[in-house]
Amino acid sequence: MTSNRHLLRLLALLFSFGLIAAACGDSTDDTSADAGETAESDADSDSEDADAGGDTLTMAIVAPSASDDLAFTQSMIESIEALDRDIDLQVTDGTFVVDDAAAAIRGYAEDGVEVIVAHGTQFGGPLTEIAPEFPETTFIWGTSSDTQGLENVFAYYPAADQGGYVNGVLAAAISESGKIGVVGPVEAGDAVAYINGFAQGAMDSGDVEVAITYTGSFSDVALMAEAAQAHLSNDVDVLTGSSQAVVGAVGVASENGVPWFGTQANQVPLDGELVVASQVYHWEVVLVEMLDLRDSGTLGGQAFEITLENGGLEIEFNDGYELPEGAREAADAAIAGIIDGSVDTGA
Amino acid sequence: MRDFFTVSILVATIASGIRLATPYLLAGLGETIGQRSGVLNLGVDGVMQLSAFFSYWAVLETDNLWLGMVIGLVVGLVMGVIYAVVTVVLKAQQGISGIGIFLFGLGFSDLMFRRQVGTPKPANQLPEIPIPLLSDIPWVGEALFEHSVVTYAAFATVPLLAWMLRSTTFGMNIRAVGENPQAADSLGVSVAWNRTFAILIGNGMAGLAGAALVLELGIFQPNLTNGLGFIAVALVYFGAWRPVGIMSGALLYGLVAAVVLQWKAQGIIPRGASDIAAMAPAVLTILALIILAGRVQAPAALTRPFSRH
Repeated sequence: MTSNRHLLRLLALLFSFGLIAAACGDSTDDTSADAGETAESDADSDSEDADAGGDTLTMAIVAPSASDDLAFTQSMIESIEALDRDIDLQVTDGTFVVDDAAAAIRGYAEDGVEVIVAHGTQFGGPLTEIAPEFPETTFIWGTSSDTQGLENVFAYYPAADQGGYVNGVLAAAISESGKIGVVGPVEAGDAVAYINGFAQGAMDSGDVEVAITYTGSFSDVALMAEAAQAHLSNDVDVLTGSSQAVVGAVGVASENGVPWFGTQANQVPLDGELVVASQVYHWEVVLVEMLDLRDSGTLGGQAFEITLENGGLEIEFNDGYELPEGAREAADAAIAGIIDGSVDTGA
Repeated sequence: MRDFFTVSILVATIASGIRLATPYLLAGLGETIGQRSGVLNLGVDGVMQLSAFFSYWAVLETDNLWLGMVIGLVVGLVMGVIYAVVTVVLKAQQGISGIGIFLFGLGFSDLMFRRQVGTPKPANQLPEIPIPLLSDIPWVGEALFEHSVVTYAAFATVPLLAWMLRSTTFGMNIRAVGENPQAADSLGVSVAWNRTFAILIGNGMAGLAGAALVLELGIFQPNLTNGLGFIAVALVYFGAWRPVGIMSGALLYGLVAAVVLQWKAQGIIPRGASDIAAMAPAVLTILALIILAGRVQAPAALTRPFSRH
């Protein structure tokens, strides 16, 4: 009997420990965007601010990967921090389980947070249930090109094919073997848009072959690395890829001295010499419009796209990588052509 | 398809399969020892996550790959001590305890990464070390004898563990406490100590598997193992609790994954079938388990805590 009690206590302790650690892993951070002010750290005070009608806007992000993933989630965090508003921002990241994300979204809504960003296409399902229950809350959801008919949901989507096309033009200019490798997660969302645009840009710019591998996973870093290795064994001499798992593939590129093109966020920190350029998402361009609409009483119901034209997409070049003659000019011409409509990215 | 059957591509594919198989092999061998003693550990993946993070962090701070490996081993052993206390001393239900260990490893490695490192940063990678003479053998040398020291160690462990289980007193004691702990106990064999040692070996090898994974990649990311530890547990059943069987399973899994990647790179697998093809290693493993079901027997006392009364 005594040993049973010990056992139960220990099991309870072990589970508590595990669950606390797991919960800590899906970290919930509270940070202040803009103005550099210290954030209020609890949701009650956020609600009071909102109720009091003060200038501080309460926002929250629920995102599937880490805040500093050098990819999808980081692009949104940096965009909100770039907004010229006084924002009290809370972050729940690492919610790769959709049910966890749904609980976080609902929790923020119940706490009275005014604007909640559900940063992941996969969060669309739960949002159709949650958003109608909180008609005064604005939900911002992406990547998606439609709002699912919800009046208090704004949707956002990147024209990732555009930056992909420009990176493809550059890659074709760099490649000596005429073979370029691409690694992607699953054939969906902005990953497929980027990859299709990249392949189109490369093939429009020269006689090159573009080999594309989708690993089937957003998070399998080792498989992504081996996918890059498989490309290299086929004489590929330039690589690119999309998703937070590309860090493994960038490592393979570094180890073999192969140039790399990034997307979603600037990936120069992964290799200061071999990351040639990155397509960077500036969601703030459309976030400003959404928040202005909210101020004027429109809580949602519209979809927004970031593009090269509206400045939501930007190609950030790495000064540490010396481009061959004419490559930068070709890239600039592609950007101009996409903006004026004379270049078709194949999207 | 013709391009696939060139020497250079076949060599690269086999080398890739061996690299992919290494963490499965290390973790699977360790789990085999534990299960042969009667202890199931579903927390392998969590132990791997923890050791992967601490190995990575150590290498990031010191640039010392050996220290990274040692840290991975030590983290595995520490988790082994915890698991032994829970399952052997306190006789907790093994499946549930293992899930607790997994959740702890997943969450704590993520938490530590955020607090101590933040954004992914490249660290030193394990270098490939060609074995003199053997690596000069045409074709075979490049595929089999140009790997990291951890890969060599993992495959060298297979005959060592097979011999240990079959021919040493310690190995026979482990098998005895896994098959019939009451009989072993009546003959003076300590069930608790043998199970504890087996758990320590298992967790130590899971720790090394985590270290091998992260140091081959040279970078850490939350949930890096991506369920690899659970597949390692499945491979123990696939391998019928024998080291050579585990090695066969790990190699099959790694090689199928490598062939699929190579076929995708060469456009042999159409893009539309890409996601289906990605499931091939798991599907093959499940098929093998179905075929083997009923033909092999698990240790009779697996998952059963031992008590004299």
